[in-house]
Amino acid sequence: MKINSYHSVKSIEEAYKLLNDNKQNAIVAGGAWMRLSSKEIETAIDLSEIGLDQIVETEDAFEIGSMTTLRQVEKHEGLKKHYDGALSNALSHIMGVPIRNVATIGGSIIGKYSFSDVLTPLVIMDVELEFYKKGRLSLEDFLVSKDRSKDVLVKVIIKKEEARGYFKKMQKTGLDFAVVNVAVSKQADTIKIAVGARPSLVKFAVEAMAFVNGAKEITEEVILETAEIAGKELKFGTNSKASESYRRNIAMAYIKRGLREVTV
Amino acid sequence: MKVNLLINGQKKTFLIEAGDYLLDTLRKQNYLSVKKGCDNSSCGVCTVLFDGKPIKACSLLTAKTEGHEVTTVEGIQDEADKLSDYFGQEGADQCGFCTPGMALAVHALKVENSNPTDEEIKEYLTGNLCRCTGYQSQHIAIRNYLEDK
Repeated sequence: MKINSYHSVKSIEEAYKLLNDNKQNAIVAGGAWMRLSSKEIETAIDLSEIGLDQIVETEDAFEIGSMTTLRQVEKHEGLKKHYDGALSNALSHIMGVPIRNVATIGGSIIGKYSFSDVLTPLVIMDVELEFYKKGRLSLEDFLVSKDRSKDVLVKVIIKKEEARGYFKKMQKTGLDFAVVNVAVSKQADTIKIAVGARPSLVKFAVEAMAFVNGAKEITEEVILETAEIAGKELKFGTNSKASESYRRNIAMAYIKRGLREVTV
Repeated sequence: MKVNLLINGQKKTFLIEAGDYLLDTLRKQNYLSVKKGCDNSSCGVCTVLFDGKPIKACSLLTAKTEGHEVTTVEGIQDEADKLSDYFGQEGADQCGFCTPGMALAVHALKVENSNPTDEEIKEYLTGNLCRCTGYQSQHIAIRNYLEDK
């Protein structure tokens, strides 16, 4: 990563203008993962000084400023209870505390990282992203969007709702990226199943979700069949961390555990 | 570009490149207790406190420290001396390369949670690797240090 100049902005408008002034201008969030990139940035735009690092809890949502660190989100008392603490649990196992004190929720989402332990628990919840110009967009739509226009992510809105949640990941060491991760939720009568680090971007097990949501009763047989369907429909890959079949089997095991947990 | 910050309570101004990381800036300025290990956010030997919170200096752009406070192990000298006594008693201090970063992480843990469980100690220090001790002696030393009110 090469950075030619650095500018700490005083407003979101200033950040937006600067971002669109030059193709090679980019926002630097925490900057923790920047070293993984070989990009050249003309002007690095810093949002640290414009108050986007707060979590506001309203009656119906948690509104998280895009520059809020993963550690702040992890330690938030309200979020610790939301979806049985699935998000807090996921964040608490990312690298170590010093990295979570730097990495931000906004940077972790915008990067659409294939190894992300942030996107997998978020996607099973009702989450919207608020951009400065584009307005609000669901996280689900953002993840599949091909829109490459540059905008400033202002906040992440997690809707409050009564729901059960589960997150589990397999990693080789406490500092490694996930070999695979799984999140399962049950909100009202709807179950969602998401699998990430396959090693590609998080994806819903759509057919498995249709099967389990169509079942009259969630029996052990239904749980086993749901995991089988998810294992067949999702694509997994092989890399230096794990083989395709290892990932598939671990994911299926976690889906079963997740379903048992959220349907108790 | 210029960056103004407080290091261990002293006002400092450094001339840096926009893409410089704090680890390299500090070492160029002779803060050599901040060690350079993996240089990719894994080992934790470059741990410093940024506004009181532990971060890895190899992961933070120096430009982000403008107007903020950075603390190296020299900034918590009394606490570090006390911790090193406990490390000595348990044989937890062998080559010593990881110790400054670990001392800062332990100090931050104590501020954040003065009565952590064994699991919480382990979890908090996940990002600080040691290749000498196997961690058991350090864990005992840290627990004894934290229990010494």
